[in-house]
Amino acid sequence: MTEWRYWFSEQRGTLLAIGIFAAMFLIYSTNHPAGFSVNMVQTAANKATLLAFVAMAQAIVVITAGIDLSVGMILTLTNCLASWIVVGTATETALGVIGVLGTGLLCGMINGAVVIFGRLQPIVTTIATGAMYYGIALFLRPNPGGSVNETLADALTGRLFGVLPTSLVALAVAALVIWVPYSRSVVGRAAFATGSSEVAAYMSGAPIRAAKFTAYALAGLLSAIGGLFLTFFSYTGEAAYASGNAYTLFSIAAVVLGGVSLMGGRGSAIGAIFGALAFRTIGDLLFVFDLDPLWQPLFQGIVLMLAVSIGAFGLVRVRNRLEWFG
Amino acid sequence: MSEATASRSIPRGIAMLRRLDPAVAASFGCILLLLLLGSLYSRSFLSPEYLLQQLKVASFLGVIATGMMLVILLGQIDLSVPWVVTTGAMMACAAAGHGTTGAIIAIPWGILCGVAIGLVNGIGVAYLRIPSMIITLATNAVAQGLMVAYTGGFSPQDAASKAMRYLATGNVVPSLPNAVLVWAVIGGAAIWILSRTTFGRAIYAIGNRERAAYLSGIDTRRVTMLAFALSGGLSAFGGVLLAGYASKAAQSMGDAYLLPSIAAVVLGGTHILGGRGSYLGTVAGVVLITLLQSILSVMQISEAGRQLIYGAVIILMLLIYGRQKA
Amino acid sequence: MIAAEPLFRAERLSKRYGGVVALDRADLEVHPGRIHAILGENGAGKSTLIKLMVGVVAPDEGRMTLEGREVAFARPAAATDAGVVCIFQELSLIPDLSVADNIMISHPPTRLGMIDRRAQRRLAEEALARAGAGDIHPRALVKDLPLSRRQMVEIAKALSRQPKILILDEATSALTASDVTKVFEVLKRLRAEGLALLYISHRMHEIAELADECTVFRNGRRISTFAAGSKTDPEVIELMIGREYKHVFPDKPERKADGRSPALQCRSLTWNDRLKDISFSLHAGEIIGLGGLDGQGQRELLLALFGVLRGCRGDILIDGDKVQIESPVTAKSERVGLALIPEDRKTEGLMLPMSVRDNLSAAAFDRFARFGVIDRQRQSALIDEMIRLIEIKTASADLAVSALSGGNQQKVVIAKWLMNKPRIILLNDPTRGIDVGTKQEIYRLLRRLADDGAAILLYSTDYDELIGCCDRVLVMYDGAIRRELSGAEITERALVSSALNVHDSEPASVP
Repeated sequence: MTEWRYWFSEQRGTLLAIGIFAAMFLIYSTNHPAGFSVNMVQTAANKATLLAFVAMAQAIVVITAGIDLSVGMILTLTNCLASWIVVGTATETALGVIGVLGTGLLCGMINGAVVIFGRLQPIVTTIATGAMYYGIALFLRPNPGGSVNETLADALTGRLFGVLPTSLVALAVAALVIWVPYSRSVVGRAAFATGSSEVAAYMSGAPIRAAKFTAYALAGLLSAIGGLFLTFFSYTGEAAYASGNAYTLFSIAAVVLGGVSLMGGRGSAIGAIFGALAFRTIGDLLFVFDLDPLWQPLFQGIVLMLAVSIGAFGLVRVRNRLEWFG
Repeated sequence: MSEATASRSIPRGIAMLRRLDPAVAASFGCILLLLLLGSLYSRSFLSPEYLLQQLKVASFLGVIATGMMLVILLGQIDLSVPWVVTTGAMMACAAAGHGTTGAIIAIPWGILCGVAIGLVNGIGVAYLRIPSMIITLATNAVAQGLMVAYTGGFSPQDAASKAMRYLATGNVVPSLPNAVLVWAVIGGAAIWILSRTTFGRAIYAIGNRERAAYLSGIDTRRVTMLAFALSGGLSAFGGVLLAGYASKAAQSMGDAYLLPSIAAVVLGGTHILGGRGSYLGTVAGVVLITLLQSILSVMQISEAGRQLIYGAVIILMLLIYGRQKA
Repeated sequence: MIAAEPLFRAERLSKRYGGVVALDRADLEVHPGRIHAILGENGAGKSTLIKLMVGVVAPDEGRMTLEGREVAFARPAAATDAGVVCIFQELSLIPDLSVADNIMISHPPTRLGMIDRRAQRRLAEEALARAGAGDIHPRALVKDLPLSRRQMVEIAKALSRQPKILILDEATSALTASDVTKVFEVLKRLRAEGLALLYISHRMHEIAELADECTVFRNGRRISTFAAGSKTDPEVIELMIGREYKHVFPDKPERKADGRSPALQCRSLTWNDRLKDISFSLHAGEIIGLGGLDGQGQRELLLALFGVLRGCRGDILIDGDKVQIESPVTAKSERVGLALIPEDRKTEGLMLPMSVRDNLSAAAFDRFARFGVIDRQRQSALIDEMIRLIEIKTASADLAVSALSGGNQQKVVIAKWLMNKPRIILLNDPTRGIDVGTKQEIYRLLRRLADDGAAILLYSTDYDELIGCCDRVLVMYDGAIRRELSGAEITERALVSSALNVHDSEPASVP
């Protein structure tokens, strides 16, 4: 009996995120004009997976008590790059994909290197590197354009077995292949340790630098996957500042909704995925309820406010006010 | 055994110099360097007209960065700057369109809107213990939603009031732009508040160790809430000035001020985790960023190049003197 | 004890921090199968020596040899790998990770590159059992455990590294009495198995029970090494402080009842299930102690009085008037006049990077500010006076408080509150980890304050303090006051028996 109790308390944040998403999606699908159909699920999934990839990236960094404000710009950069090189024959396309993913990885490694060896705070570092990555994106695509290998694009944005949206499958694969091994590895555990208490992690001999570096690198990789998928959806590359910014900010929201603590040390990228899915679904609820799209930004903002205030309810139970402070 | 010595009375000027933060000195050094570089490119760079023009442009950022500095000193962050700036501008212009009473209350009304948003941030952080990064993101989204709904999605049509335009572009003192005077007054008030009032000292205490400040009987919640309210008011005031400068408000006018305001505060030596920093440093940081942006545009470097250089320079400067202790 | 070849030898180790000499050509020999106690005041060099031994810092001069080979550790991990393991006061536990993860943090069993959770759990359970803490569940999160359990996890973790030398740095200060007994059994067993143990503590009776030999450090140098038990406590303390050791405690004056209402009165104070129906009175001029085992509610009582706890039931009366204390702001106000010297000076009492001046001002702005504006001259005058009065050793009031020694830091915390002229002073174990010299100064200060009319409530884990300082002692057990001892009744035997809730033959005096 106690075993289950421990498992529950470990996964609490993620389970809550799944619950919120399930509830939101239920409301969404039952009120959708087209009803619950594979098409509807596919469209919804395609829009949400982009944010989900970026949310995974952010979660991995936030766990180390860091933050990556450049994830949206890495997505933009890789999107623009993909619109140049993920084209042509199968081999060329494959190389292009590798190139795009490699670029994302490199961006992440640069972030990690500056934070670790430059000993700069992540928030300022990633603001600056984000600007740099955006600059490169703008250089690649001063105007929207380009193309992408459409066979690949359609395959990855279509449906598997006619039912399962391929983008969701890709998301699941990414989680399985990247997050699960990482979180169970020595380096992954060291990441949790670093976020929880860097001093204690140092005294215990945990590989702090390797953990942080890996975290930022993986974040870059996952953002690049997101950028790739954006190219698959839109067939173009566009250096849109506003949308890149939005991905970064919403990834933070998704991470919070997904039960990952901004202080570090706690949470799971899987929770962040559901947080992203929930966030997107909430945003789309407006469309479903046929409200004026003019109200959408306000609606999203209010939902965000409510979501982040949920944690405040726990305050009522706090009896020792010293617990307010970390 | 007791060699307790009272604080000797050293001449105040020398004491100040001795306490000068190396980061502040480095910032001023970089400003000189930039001026030198600019003058190599074009002789008019060192002309008083150009320098005053730069100071005027810097004033807008300076007002906004003042609010940001208060919040960062607390150990928090204010990501609602973009839309608080825009709200201040739009609301002030909206009031200005309502006849003479409107014109009179335009500026205070704009500032008040900012204070209100700041209060929401402050209550969320101080009383509901929501991390500042996330609550300010949420209020930013809500403010955006409100403004989008208000303008119906179009650009705002209201014009700025005469007073607003005079504040931003007029000259009470011949050849000294009013905006610079305004910044000087606000800056002076900030310095006085931070060093001579219990409110200011409490901000430093809270930023250093909130738990100890609380146990010392400082009303940490009220101080935090007020600091955010001030930040909101100052951001909105910055928006009011900007609207006066351009004679009207515009959508997304605040976007360009978030990252620079954070960068300016941090480059000026204020520790991103709070508790340490002087306003003089923020002044240096603001001038530095303004000069940098100006040089980049004078050299007619493309937007892509500008972003790249902007980010790289910030990292470089931080690497030189903004590092944490190991 | 013939000195066999020492397992570890430190020779002429020196370490300087800026202009301060922390360790001055110190040397030490550690032998296997022996428990070696290290004594010294704060600032004597003990912690610096330990930091050098475990690789947290590197020495400026001197060398260390382990098993005959010279060693130099670049990081704590290197020292641990070499077999030199230190048990800190919970500094090295990761709060958000489980007990099993923490124990095996640096050497987990792996399979295919990932951590083998089942094997790890088994190893963790073994380590816990060996440390006598088999009741701790390996999946529990460290942050959910009370301090004493966390300390046991720390010990289990150290043991899992198969150390050659085990260093305990004030490792038992957070433990309950039964834990201490278990730990001592474990340590003695390890000694019999050939482990070399280094034991640093301020508690004389622990050292008397455990140690084979003792070394005293003073001012960064090794002063003397002797077999345990060969010197009396006063002799040892003299070695530690370097001067003649006479009265520890100032005299207690004769108490005369004067009919005034008590400065502080508690009636049926209850909170959660940690404070149960607490009632007592505290008069001006009195020093009352809170005794009992660790974690029986003493800290909570002080926090409740200071307005930090929410949901307290019962009444608190100041000078006979009922008051509602909702926060420290109310507690320190003129009307109530409370002060609290908190448990941990580094995280609760001081803002370490800020100056002495700023720290001293933090609780008393109203003394020199009008409408929120600070009068600089008045502030400086008050601060200078306070520094002189409390004899705080600092080169200037603008020096960062982090540069001060532990004892002086604690003086700053106390002085900060004295700036406010409080009527009732609550102290949460104020002399823990403080050198003997400063302790004496604090005892004298407390008595002086009481003589001047303050009412003092002192929680201490040190029996000698309770016996020597307090006019009355309230012994707490399980959140309630079990017994009140006055004057001559306060003996170590009475304290211990009431702490364990054992009924003694002496009649109890219930408040």
